[in-house]
Amino acid sequence: MTTDVLAPLRKNPVATRKLIVFACFVVTAVTLVPVVMMVLVAFQSDAESMAVRPSFWPSSWHPENLTRAFDLVPLGRYLVNTVIFAAGTTLLEVVTAALAAYAFARLQFPGRTWLFGIYLATLMIPSQVTLIPQFVLVAKLQGIDTWPGMILPHAFTALGVFLLRQFFLGIPRDYEEAARLDGANRWQAFIRVIVPLAVPAIATLAVFKFIGQWNNLLWPLVISNSDATRTAAVGLQVFQDTNGTQWNLLLMAATITTVPLIVLFFLTQRWFVKGITMSGLGGR
Amino acid sequence: MAVDTLPAAATTPRQHQRAAKKPRNKEALTAWLFILPSLIGFLIFTAGPVLAAGVISLLNWNLFSSPTWAGLKNFARLGPDPTFWSALGNTAYFTFVSVPVTIVVSLALALLLNEGVRRIAVFRSLLLLPYATITVAVAFVWIWLYIPRDGLVNAVLGLVGIDGPQWLISDNWAMPALIAMSVWKSFGFGMVVFLAGLQAIPQQLYEAAKVDGSNAWQTFRSVTLPMLSPALFFVVVTSVIGSFQVFDQALIMTNGGPGSRTTTLVMYIYRTGFENYDQGYAAAQSLVLFGFIVVITAAQFLLQRRLVHYDN
Repeated sequence: MTTDVLAPLRKNPVATRKLIVFACFVVTAVTLVPVVMMVLVAFQSDAESMAVRPSFWPSSWHPENLTRAFDLVPLGRYLVNTVIFAAGTTLLEVVTAALAAYAFARLQFPGRTWLFGIYLATLMIPSQVTLIPQFVLVAKLQGIDTWPGMILPHAFTALGVFLLRQFFLGIPRDYEEAARLDGANRWQAFIRVIVPLAVPAIATLAVFKFIGQWNNLLWPLVISNSDATRTAAVGLQVFQDTNGTQWNLLLMAATITTVPLIVLFFLTQRWFVKGITMSGLGGR
Repeated sequence: MAVDTLPAAATTPRQHQRAAKKPRNKEALTAWLFILPSLIGFLIFTAGPVLAAGVISLLNWNLFSSPTWAGLKNFARLGPDPTFWSALGNTAYFTFVSVPVTIVVSLALALLLNEGVRRIAVFRSLLLLPYATITVAVAFVWIWLYIPRDGLVNAVLGLVGIDGPQWLISDNWAMPALIAMSVWKSFGFGMVVFLAGLQAIPQQLYEAAKVDGSNAWQTFRSVTLPMLSPALFFVVVTSVIGSFQVFDQALIMTNGGPGSRTTTLVMYIYRTGFENYDQGYAAAQSLVLFGFIVVITAAQFLLQRRLVHYDN
């Protein structure tokens, strides 16, 4: 690879640009096939979706599959549960992590270094190590199938503290000193100066956490055992067990479960990308 | 009057000392108040359970009857357990194939998108879509794509004259099929991190390379790759840790089969703990998994010193 294979193109910037756009277009189209399939099959008739030779484009459209999916399993309930679970863990994590990260980044106290060290050390521990003890703890406290039992064990992670501390360290101390000279106490400096400046980082953490928990299968699988707390990720599995391969309804349910997350992701994507850039993960 | 002020003046040094110490104490108190909500949750739900896992791994316990002491027996059981070793092998296979492939795909797409295309934001958003989908849901779509006879994957392969394998029910192809799905699901994250890294590289470096007469490949090797190495390191470390914990797609798409060809470590831990109710043994397995992650991550950090270029 010492010859410049792109040399002819470099002499012709317009052709290069066209080729790049074309390549982007093809790659994107191929990447999206599974998502498009999910939606298309969701609207096919029962017979068509279960035919020996599956078809790509529905020969007839069946929007009633949407309500049929909701009738077959309590999908609405599952979605509400997923929102409660994901929003609950996210909210608690973001608030507690931001408070702790501020102390670790800005305040002096005995034991700061070793306590932060312990937080960091737990980053590498896979969640499966804590799975069994957490399950035992929640079971002992009669928390199986309850919201505190679902949410609390997943609402405090070292990752959030770590990410926000990194970001807070990058905020110039002068801003905060100015507020302190004006008579603001630490709490006021945190709320009025640090938090507003850290919105992209906090939003990034929130989006990460929310997507992660919306996706979380293992914890809800062990801790919820009724429709009262069952999340959509677990619910889809039940769907498979009870309905075999009724692909159109299964994929309709999958679509319904995925769409809110995609919408959220697209609404917050600018923060997310900005947060990654600003947190220095890009290398600067 | 003058007599009154004299003793007061004499105590000044001590008062001064106290005054200097007081804000310190106050700051420490403030700090602990800020940390407390996180710390309580952290101790109860992370630190405590980690220690408890160590204790549980030394017990015979099915969750229902009272536990009995097992000593190191649970760890000794790992040696002659073929399912454990195949689960470990499968997890290693998954990790050491999926991570490099994901890195190459995300880096290639980031480079493509970074070529100054106008509508980069549109392509970037659409390419991030798989990352924003829910794993369980798209796992079902991929089962459908992999249907042996006439599934879309084999239909496309048929167009170019390839007789596609039985994918998810094939001894040799079930794991590659899982890996392909996982790469598709996760490349978006690396792509965004790499894009951020690429856009932070100073343009002067490229101009300097151009002046030196470097070709595209030389520029990539001597400018892009070193400048991007911190981002690469971050993505590699997080992908490896994530891959070692693969569970969702394997549970849905193959349920560990055929045989135990796609049974991953986490799936085996889940089954041991929550299907066979052998909590002590499951805890021992999870600690071994943790051990592997620590060793591999430590190795990466050692390599980082030699390979990762930091500006400051």
